[in-house]
Amino acid sequence: MYRARLFASRHARAYEVIYNATSPVILSTLRVINKITKGKLDRPITWSEKIIKGFLFDCQMCGNCVLSSTGMACPMNCPKTLRNGPCGGVRENGNCEVKPEMKCVWVEAWSGSAKMKDNLAIQEIQFAVNHSHRGSSAWIRLAKENKQIT
Amino acid sequence: MTIPEINNQSYTYRPGELLPELEGHISRGRFERVLRNGDFAVTAELAPPDSTDRNEVFEQAALFDGFVDAINATDGSGANCHMSSVVVCALLSYIGYSPIMQISCRDKNRIAIQGDLLGAGALSICNVLALTGDDVSVGDHPEAKRVFDLDSISLITLINKIRDEGSFLSGRKITNPPQMFVGTSINPFVPPVESRILQLEKKINAGADFIQTQYCFDMPMLKDFMSKTVDKGLTEKAFFLPGVGTLASVKTARWIKNNVPGVHIPDSIFKRLEGADDQKKEGQKICAELMQQVKEIEGVSGVHIMAYKQEECVAQMVKDSGVLGDRKPWAPKDEY
Ligand code: SF4
Repeated sequence: MYRARLFASRHARAYEVIYNATSPVILSTLRVINKITKGKLDRPITWSEKIIKGFLFDCQMCGNCVLSSTGMACPMNCPKTLRNGPCGGVRENGNCEVKPEMKCVWVEAWSGSAKMKDNLAIQEIQFAVNHSHRGSSAWIRLAKENKQIT
Repeated sequence: MTIPEINNQSYTYRPGELLPELEGHISRGRFERVLRNGDFAVTAELAPPDSTDRNEVFEQAALFDGFVDAINATDGSGANCHMSSVVVCALLSYIGYSPIMQISCRDKNRIAIQGDLLGAGALSICNVLALTGDDVSVGDHPEAKRVFDLDSISLITLINKIRDEGSFLSGRKITNPPQMFVGTSINPFVPPVESRILQLEKKINAGADFIQTQYCFDMPMLKDFMSKTVDKGLTEKAFFLPGVGTLASVKTARWIKNNVPGVHIPDSIFKRLEGADDQKKEGQKICAELMQQVKEIEGVSGVHIMAYKQEECVAQMVKDSGVLGDRKPWAPKDEY
């Protein structure tokens, strides 16, 4: 949802706190579930991730989640799906070149990131999306690979 | 100038010769040599034709002879269809020019781009410019599928990886990887400016060797941007070539201001154009003056001229500006 998404980057600091607190819990829970059910619940979990992140961030389920490095603005909502900063076409009012009625995702990302404690994460280079993860749950993948949500 | 035939008698294709390897240089092309030598470089944009006639490419390039160090071949600029940049560069390279191959992420995925880079290397193309690309919606094929598999920073990373690790993204080895001098663009005028510096820093950290900017008409704004760039030490890591352009009339200026996002034209320029008897001439005069002013800015290594549909005036403008001093860039006439 567009409004929820703008809210997220405007309150990026609070979201960061919640995110950092809940993500280890989510991941360890998923690890346990995965051990017990051997992946049988993957589909409902993916579905819940899609509903939750879809509502909060307009998540597009790219399967390569980088929200906390992009000021809590999902870069997949950029019409060009840019993951490392804006294109040269941002309008004078900060809106998108392609969709003039929408705030440029990266203008949101930058202002979100400036509010966050880890405000340098946005400067890390994110190599292009691994498209083979598209539509899959980033949470399950991270849980299985024993990694943290970034 | 007589244009040499591509098919010589033995029907072999001889791409332009590479320069000998040189310590501290990435590529074996002339453009990098000019920059590292500390000379003020001039680059110009060539508009690839809507035709299969290669002479149209040669004729346009010949307009720059003796005044331009490297020629940018645009890649579907404005999301409009034209001759491909790889092929334009191949033609230019054959003559001996130093082409800069623009790659836009809009039309090709990582498989196609890596293939093109190898092909470009085989044709002695030594410079590439990594761009995000204008959106399909602004061009003449708005119904096309956007690719954007990579973004410009991922593309810079990819070209560096191929060059330095000698392998494709997959890890598969490349014998003789292309030794590309990598450039990218930045628009210093898009708000917010502070973040633009961050974006520039990220691009340079990804491995950009040179930067060509979007049109700069507002010199105080450019100066401000460049001084921040110098303060961050970025001009030590990459060469900067601010972009200048010609405005054919007040009407064009107004159109650009309203339709091309991120181009900032100050009122003083509008006033000058309005007051001029010959607006086109005045536009060229302004462009030559902008070049002079660009040269004075600290941290600048050259200038990039985008004179769309006025390519024939580029040489005169460079001459009038005097930015080259008494240096004469390489031209094929000297050779043939
Ligand atoms: S203006 Fe912003 S949101 Fe729109 S395409 Fe460019 S980077 Fe993406």
